[in-house]
Amino acid sequence: MKILTGNDLKTGEVIWWTGTDWSLHVNDAVDVGDRADEIAAREEAERRVNVPYAVDAETDDQGIRPSHIKERIRALGPTVRPDLTLKPADPTAGNWVI
Amino acid sequence: MYKYDQYDQRQVDTRVEEFRDQTRRRLSGELPEEKFRPLRLMNGLYLQLHAYMLRVAVPYGTLSGAQMHALADIAEKYDRGYGHFTTRQNIQYNWIKLEDAPEILADLAKVEMHAIQTSGNCIRNISSDHFAGAAADELIDPRPYAELMRQWSSFHPEFSYLPRKFKICVIASDTDRAAMRLHDIGIQIVRNDAGELGAAFYVGGGMGRTPMIAPCINDFVPLDRLITYAEACLRVYNRYGRRDNKYKARIKILVHELGAEEYTRQVEEEYAHMLEQGVEPPFAELERIKTYFADPPFESGLSSDVDRSDSDFALWVDRNTHQHKADGYVSAVISLKPVGGIPGDASVEQMHLMADLASEFSLDECRVMHTQNIVLPHVKIADLPALFARLDAAGLSTPNLDQIDDIIACPGLDYCSLANARSIPVAQKISERFAASGKGNELGQLKLKISGCINACGHHHAGHIGILGVDRKGTENYQLLLGGSEAEDTSLAKITGPGFDEDGIVAAVETVTDVYLAQRSDGERFLDTYRRIGMAPFKEALYD
Repeated sequence: MKILTGNDLKTGEVIWWTGTDWSLHVNDAVDVGDRADEIAAREEAERRVNVPYAVDAETDDQGIRPSHIKERIRALGPTVRPDLTLKPADPTAGNWVI
Repeated sequence: MYKYDQYDQRQVDTRVEEFRDQTRRRLSGELPEEKFRPLRLMNGLYLQLHAYMLRVAVPYGTLSGAQMHALADIAEKYDRGYGHFTTRQNIQYNWIKLEDAPEILADLAKVEMHAIQTSGNCIRNISSDHFAGAAADELIDPRPYAELMRQWSSFHPEFSYLPRKFKICVIASDTDRAAMRLHDIGIQIVRNDAGELGAAFYVGGGMGRTPMIAPCINDFVPLDRLITYAEACLRVYNRYGRRDNKYKARIKILVHELGAEEYTRQVEEEYAHMLEQGVEPPFAELERIKTYFADPPFESGLSSDVDRSDSDFALWVDRNTHQHKADGYVSAVISLKPVGGIPGDASVEQMHLMADLASEFSLDECRVMHTQNIVLPHVKIADLPALFARLDAAGLSTPNLDQIDDIIACPGLDYCSLANARSIPVAQKISERFAASGKGNELGQLKLKISGCINACGHHHAGHIGILGVDRKGTENYQLLLGGSEAEDTSLAKITGPGFDEDGIVAAVETVTDVYLAQRSDGERFLDTYRRIGMAPFKEALYD
């Protein structure tokens, strides 16, 4: 599947396209198929996202998993600072990245 | 320390207001990202993996206590409670909001700091010896010349759009503690046979994807022609450096392709022409700058004796202090490399403490090392026990300067959008492994450097042991390199062979240290043994 990501213009936070809005959580992302460029252009023009782009992803028993490790680190946060990830209470959250 | 004059302050304040307006226009939609991006980069604001990242310049690595406090305040107010000291003597904040960036720059300006020219194809922060002005072995303090170059290069209209970024280093001792020959221009202040001071110019060094050691193109430029000669070097590069290929645009490629002899001929020709133009700054300006770097009031008659009965303290003194030019003083290194820690990271509390310690014990100065540690340059030997106690209580007393766990590591794939692999977890595992086995204490000086991509921010080419993270079919893989040095015996490390996974590279480091321990002669460092026995025994142990 193709999912759309970018950074929040004001905060720089990593965000994922949900079909109607942007979410901090990759599991909220939807398959954009071949509409990535169209959605990206519209949302960037509305200043709701900065530098959007599509990435490959798969689904597994934990939800949506970006194919490349770089995108998985973007989705979670730095593996060396679990306290600063989206799962601060889970010190093993970084295992999902690898 | 240098203090801004009215012109410095006005320049920085004006830039803050310019950027405030540019940011407002970006947020309102007047400026699209493609137009805003070069503007934010000119002010050190990158977009990284998780957020905007702000790189703040620390000129030649020198900070006052008040400046360190201000850096801590920014980490607390606008970031997530920490900062990351970099391999170019700067500091980076990883979690910056665009809407906060102008206010951060305003806060920096209040303590005579900025983020100007920490990105882009311009002359970057001038780096220097972290023991400058304190080291017993230096000819003179190189920082007045570094400051002169900072002022010359700031907003220089001719050099704001170079083919590629440009890094200059100034040192003044035969011992190179600043990786001088791995800069675009490395300058060593020297004395000639007539007893006059001058500058040896090394041009065309660098790391990155094509590492090169800078050749000396002129071994004695009079110090009152320093800027003119540097400008001649830049002009030839600006004229002929490649702009068609980013990967061949650094000056090292130009010097290599022209040949050092031809490049030098062109520089000398330009220099002769420029001498007629009178571009050198007024002598009075250098004299004004020098007054700020006059020796602080060192006390005389101090004892150099200290109670070494505490073995932890004695080890820290032996490893983490450096000989000072004034009797009764040393420079003390605060390690930002605790076992299992993140190299170069410092919390708000640690930064405030280091600022306080600079004020209390080091005549209100501290320095950022390119090895991502902090120096208190002027500490009385008699004060070392009290300083150590304060550091120890804050987890800042790791006695590991230049040991295997004093690892340089770039932010890597945990933070950096250019990286191919994570650097920090590898550094953590190596330091934990050698601490657990106790083997680290047997190794002596061993400089280990890790980069998460070919851009080499972690200086892996210059490591006695270097590690380069690469992307192999979507998974992290690590190449091992041996034999590099950033010191006066500069050399480039060579790859041992096929790469390793994360656990494999940690084991491989232990394997090569075992070869060293088995083969070393008396007094040999790892690097000396490698140079004597060559790569073969290490490869055999790694791959056979």
